[in-house]
Amino acid sequence: MERVSELPVKAAGTSLLPKLMRWVTPLIVPVILLAGWDLCVRMTGTRLIPLPRDVAIMLYDFIFGGIYDDAFSKTIHIHFWKSVQRVYGGFFAAAAVGIPLGLLIGRISLVRNLLDPTLQMLRPVPVTAWLPLSMIFFGLGPNAAIFLVFLGAFFPIVLNTTFGVRSVDHKLFEAASMLGCNGSSLFRQVVLPAATPSIFNGLRLGHGFAWILIVVGEMTGVPEGLGAVIMDGRTLSRTDLVIAGMLVIGLAGFLSDRVIVAINNRLLAWSPQHHA
Amino acid sequence: MPDGILHRSARPTLAVKGVSKRFQIAEQTVEALRDINLTISKGEFVCLIGASGCGKSTLLRIIAGFETASAGAVEMYGAPIAAPGPERGMVFQDFALFPWLTVRENIGFGPRQRGLPKAKLDEIAAHYTDMVGLTRFADYFPGQLSGGMKQRVAIARVLANDCEVLLMDEPFGALDALTREKLQQELLEIWERTKVTVIFVTHSVEEAVVLSDRVVVMTAGPGRIEHDSRIHLARPREVSAIDFNQVRRDITQRLSSHVAVKSVSAAA
Repeated sequence: MERVSELPVKAAGTSLLPKLMRWVTPLIVPVILLAGWDLCVRMTGTRLIPLPRDVAIMLYDFIFGGIYDDAFSKTIHIHFWKSVQRVYGGFFAAAAVGIPLGLLIGRISLVRNLLDPTLQMLRPVPVTAWLPLSMIFFGLGPNAAIFLVFLGAFFPIVLNTTFGVRSVDHKLFEAASMLGCNGSSLFRQVVLPAATPSIFNGLRLGHGFAWILIVVGEMTGVPEGLGAVIMDGRTLSRTDLVIAGMLVIGLAGFLSDRVIVAINNRLLAWSPQHHA
Repeated sequence: MPDGILHRSARPTLAVKGVSKRFQIAEQTVEALRDINLTISKGEFVCLIGASGCGKSTLLRIIAGFETASAGAVEMYGAPIAAPGPERGMVFQDFALFPWLTVRENIGFGPRQRGLPKAKLDEIAAHYTDMVGLTRFADYFPGQLSGGMKQRVAIARVLANDCEVLLMDEPFGALDALTREKLQQELLEIWERTKVTVIFVTHSVEEAVVLSDRVVVMTAGPGRIEHDSRIHLARPREVSAIDFNQVRRDITQRLSSHVAVKSVSAAA
């Protein structure tokens, strides 16, 4: 019988202390940052930056209302939902275009010669530079925001997909062709699964950019959305509102990144080294 | 089974006819193979042996259809080979398994391409998984297996696809000595059970003598066949036996005499 000891052994993580550490360790830095923030504001006596406590109150009002009773009280769900639609609209569009395009660029040298130089030229252009043009193309409103999010998410997705296809071990193609797998089924059965780790890398990066760009995207004159709230907060000099918006975006981005990671880990069960 | 192989059908399965291969590397043309002629009968176990750079792997890759000959042709049952095909199954030194498929799915990969019904597919995969003793690991991914187990999967993968000629490119080169010995024995058992033809590339004289009916010694610069000899030792073979040692010494001499001549002429 085969030596079972060669198989990877699942790390023992059942005792209480390591389990506790896994939850406590990530919280150390945020707690220190909060304390530092609080201390700095109190020591300098600035009125430009609110205390963490004021931001917490603002956040509470933003979610539940009943404290300030202004235009932002108990409106988080409206802004959140608008932003989620734009982030995911742009992100899914970027994935829908970027993944197939990346597969083609990686696999077919004609497509690579045709498109790669242009893409590399467009890539360094900051998304903010597209703002005026996108407002001309799509008018004032959500479509311009979706377009900007799309642009930001598109490049990491297409580049990582291309990289993934280009780095498939050539022997796998030989093995597949000897076993009778050719043409389009080679694409589906070998190229796509082999490139999946890189594709997910691209999706994670692109997804991060999508959340980053929502603030820029919502500079295009939309009345609702987390980015719009932050812009309003700036105009009204309400820093507590700005920081509350930042926190919500950060948390939303974090949580939806966890969703991608969970899908990634499920699809890449075969490769623990690609787990995030 | 003592030396029963010679009584198998002498019909040539595979014929290598005047094969040459030249590579263009930068501005230089390198002649990897020159005028190789080799005829292999059904069910034969042939080892290609030689120092690195003698073109033995290149020859195997031409037979597999991964590379084309610059001159000459390889024929299978009289028909020239133009591309890779299921009847010629390659077992790579570094396994080349599909890491995203389980053991069972890797072994069933070839039959699946032929669009067999699911029940038949499962039956084939189960049969060959069992043949290489991996039933308990059928749902493992390659990344969870040892080197020896991976190579068993690679062997089962091509057998499951009805391969008639097993092409093995230093398949046990990456394994430790114990696993290597075990796999050699398992390969011989599979060979005797399935009557598959084997072309086995190695640089170990002992491995060649343990396994094969016939040892083809190749030399480098350009790659040619130096010597082609039958191994008449009874099976199972014992590496410490006197006659085994004699054969081993003989082949080692043929290998190294060429190397010695080369170094003398280089020194002159």
